[in-house]
Amino acid sequence: MKEFRDKRFIKALLRVIKEKIPSSPQPVRIMEVCGTHTMTVHKYGLKTMLENSGVEMISGPGCPVCITPNEIHEAAIDLVSQKRNIILATFGDMTRVPTRKGSLQTIVPAPGSKVKIVYSPQESLELARVEPEKEIVFLACGFETTIPSIALSVKKAFEQGLANYSILSALWLIPPPLKSIVDAGEIKITGFLYPGHVSTIIGKKPYEFIAEDYGIPGAIAGFEPGDILLAISSILDQIKEGKPEVFIEYSRAVRPSGNPIALALMDEVLERKDAFWRGLGVIPASGMRLRKKFSAYDAETKFKLKIKEGSGDLPGCRCGEVLRGLIFPSQCSLFARKCNPDSPYGPCMVSFEGACLVYYKYNRLDSEV
Amino acid sequence: MCLGIPARVVEINDFQEGKVDYLGTKVKTNFSLLENIKPGDWVIVHAGFAITKLDEEEAQETLSLLREIAKLDYQQK
Repeated sequence: MKEFRDKRFIKALLRVIKEKIPSSPQPVRIMEVCGTHTMTVHKYGLKTMLENSGVEMISGPGCPVCITPNEIHEAAIDLVSQKRNIILATFGDMTRVPTRKGSLQTIVPAPGSKVKIVYSPQESLELARVEPEKEIVFLACGFETTIPSIALSVKKAFEQGLANYSILSALWLIPPPLKSIVDAGEIKITGFLYPGHVSTIIGKKPYEFIAEDYGIPGAIAGFEPGDILLAISSILDQIKEGKPEVFIEYSRAVRPSGNPIALALMDEVLERKDAFWRGLGVIPASGMRLRKKFSAYDAETKFKLKIKEGSGDLPGCRCGEVLRGLIFPSQCSLFARKCNPDSPYGPCMVSFEGACLVYYKYNRLDSEV
Repeated sequence: MCLGIPARVVEINDFQEGKVDYLGTKVKTNFSLLENIKPGDWVIVHAGFAITKLDEEEAQETLSLLREIAKLDYQQK
């Protein structure tokens, strides 16, 4: 695996990429959809190296914590602060997202209630077993990578009759927002770096419309520097040959048709719904809710939660534009000032894969100059 | 959030639960999303679940592609 980080290979690949840049005046602009790719691109300094080779990398909506709109966080906050004996379980990043009502970490829970950070959906299901007198609400946030294991937790609760378990859905599908971004036409994207781990589940087919209908090339990439550069090299080849496709660079982990067991499980437990994304608005069939058979496990109906779409970001927060690739984090006037990792003002500064936090960690000197 | 770590399977029981070795640490892992997993296999683990099995041959193939591009580049220089 070391070779994927080998300096000589990286240098050679960068030279090859530079040679492959088409001579058109249009800049080569590649959107890395996945937050973990954003991390690799910046952590290894690829962003600047690629710029010097003629490729501009922009971050997309690939961080589920970032794109979950505030109204879902606020519904969770209301629930745990107003209702007794609730254990609100969720992933760590989700507890730090600031809203008008504070964050899950700063609010005072109702008597007998608390917020609990879990590492996996299975852990939250386990809570339902060991704390039968409490209601366990899992604020379930994730893309296709995480959705199957969340679906499994609901299926198990159903089979084992654990009636004190429910999920508050913040489940998002990756291909629909890509269509929205291309349709909106706010930025011209030359190619897509498709997420590696989402694709282990969904395979390559769900992205094919981008190559077929829009003529935009793309590659599913792994997470080593060599992976990213190989994927970009493939995108440039596709441009040169005029044959856009979905190339699987991360073939050691991604099968063309994805993970059939995980896909079947998702389909058994959940169905698609129109969903509201931070910064992107309502996107058709881009979210997931429990199917009727499992509706008793839906926290939204169980606790009659009122989730009002578009209740809004904090004033001045530009995460929405960052998520659409319209601005770099450093172009937000709050960046590294009012909004920083110790006291994040927007979700993109909270999550380890949020573009703002990644920029803060690895590019701050550049962006402050 | 979609962070996944490559790890080697150490043990797996009939309930598809077991452990992986990640840089020397044994981590509890659920294998329900995969089939025919056995100790010694390499998998990607995300949020406590193994989500895909790593394919050694494919990894070698990607590496040879990498080597080839690098070699081509050296020859040109």
